[in-house]
Amino acid sequence: MAALWNDPNVQLVFWALVKILIILHVMLGVVSYMIYAERKIAGHMQARVGPNRVGPFGLFQPIADVAKLFFKEEFTPDGANKVIFHIAPMLAVIPALVTFAVVPFGPQDALRVTDINVGLLLFLAMSSLGVYAITLGGWSSNNKYALLGGLRSSAQMISYELAMGLSTIGVLLMAGSLSLVDIVHAQERWWFVVFQPVAFLIFMITALAETNRAPFDLPEAEAELVAGFHTEYSSMKFGLFFLGEFANVISISCIAVTLFLGGWNGPWLPESLQFIWFFIKLGALLFFFIWIRWTFPRLRYDQLMNLGWKVLLPLSLANILFTAVLLYWRDHR
Amino acid sequence: MTPALFIGFAAMLVACSLMVILHRNPVTSALFLVLAFCSLAGVYLLLHAEFVAMVQIIVYAGAIMVLFLFVIMYLNLRRDLESGVHIAVRRGVGWLLGALLLAEAWVLFGHRWAQGPLASDPSLAGPVGNTQAIGQALYTRYLFPFEITSMLLLVAMVGAVVIAKGRGPHATRRGETPQPKEPA
Repeated sequence: MAALWNDPNVQLVFWALVKILIILHVMLGVVSYMIYAERKIAGHMQARVGPNRVGPFGLFQPIADVAKLFFKEEFTPDGANKVIFHIAPMLAVIPALVTFAVVPFGPQDALRVTDINVGLLLFLAMSSLGVYAITLGGWSSNNKYALLGGLRSSAQMISYELAMGLSTIGVLLMAGSLSLVDIVHAQERWWFVVFQPVAFLIFMITALAETNRAPFDLPEAEAELVAGFHTEYSSMKFGLFFLGEFANVISISCIAVTLFLGGWNGPWLPESLQFIWFFIKLGALLFFFIWIRWTFPRLRYDQLMNLGWKVLLPLSLANILFTAVLLYWRDHR
Repeated sequence: MTPALFIGFAAMLVACSLMVILHRNPVTSALFLVLAFCSLAGVYLLLHAEFVAMVQIIVYAGAIMVLFLFVIMYLNLRRDLESGVHIAVRRGVGWLLGALLLAEAWVLFGHRWAQGPLASDPSLAGPVGNTQAIGQALYTRYLFPFEITSMLLLVAMVGAVVIAKGRGPHATRRGETPQPKEPA
């Protein structure tokens, strides 16, 4: 037994599994309280109170909601493709969770699952796989509103993925590495948002579109598509789509903090506590996501496509060119 | 640990590829193809080709297959219902091409060089990763083929836009009668 334990492979797998378990459960907790925060903030923005019945300040509301979701009837529509109908909600959660594997929460090795030299590409790969959940969920429901929502989302997410990938290249050029840990280390003096404000803006807009949050929530536009791709989903399958959306918001915010807001870097705190800065910045970005949702109206479909292809994509290309020229000039003048 | 992982990924790759051609539902076939791409990315990872692995997922699984799926869903091909002469001709051509491929593989595997590089380039498989190495090779030694490929893609893109837009401002849609031209 001791010999097995001393095997570095076994230790690596064991500690990775422990960290994955911790991240999974912390994420579930954060998601449920983010839903609470969203309802509370939305309430106050609209001069309401928000949930306030279950527990003090309505703090137990998310627990009650989840319990309710578990006890609701599982409904599978007639003529649905059963297998894909069941797989789609799982696909909504998995890519968002995989992204957390490369997020460095703090400077110590213990505060990240792994540091791979293509961390940024892993994030882009996972965000590109996120589209399957919505497309397949919409298609397999055998419902025209769901199908339309699914088709819209596949067009939307493919279009915005490009601008998102290109907006990270400016950061990449400045850091000179695809590893997220190296990118954070490169921001010890100045955060990249100072040098890359345009890229940060593009990244945040595309992040809203990739996570299907308002004002880009066309796949589930309730005024025209009932509930979009999840019209036919009930019970915890609907819950998984919800969880996937919020997990995506959190993972994309983690990446935004890492790429543009200096990760764990911040003044005053000693190195052992610097991860607190990461979570402060993460909280600010999550609030930003909620704030946007209750401030802007939904875009029309053609406006969405125009913004993605004719504004964000050329802008991010120009940003890459500008950054590259400046960096070359700095190194070769 | 690596051989066990390789066997796992390779088995998944073979199984998924078989399911792509054996399953009757086109959407399910497309999904198995996505899974096959992901297991292929795993094999690349075991070869220390991290960049290629991730790009494989981003480009093939994340973009191209989504468009494939989009088309399949749009055409609403529930099942391959064609029969008769078409299917017989297609089967015949399929058997012929399959036999050709098998013969080709037989010839290739008879040669020594077909069994992979004998010694891998140590500069490509270092612990620092190979993204930089790929970039260097692509933008110095292979710059010309790289630029030619990008030109080719640009031409294809322009072609797609032109076809999608039609033949000009007065282009007719399919099924409509063409408008008579106004005299100049």
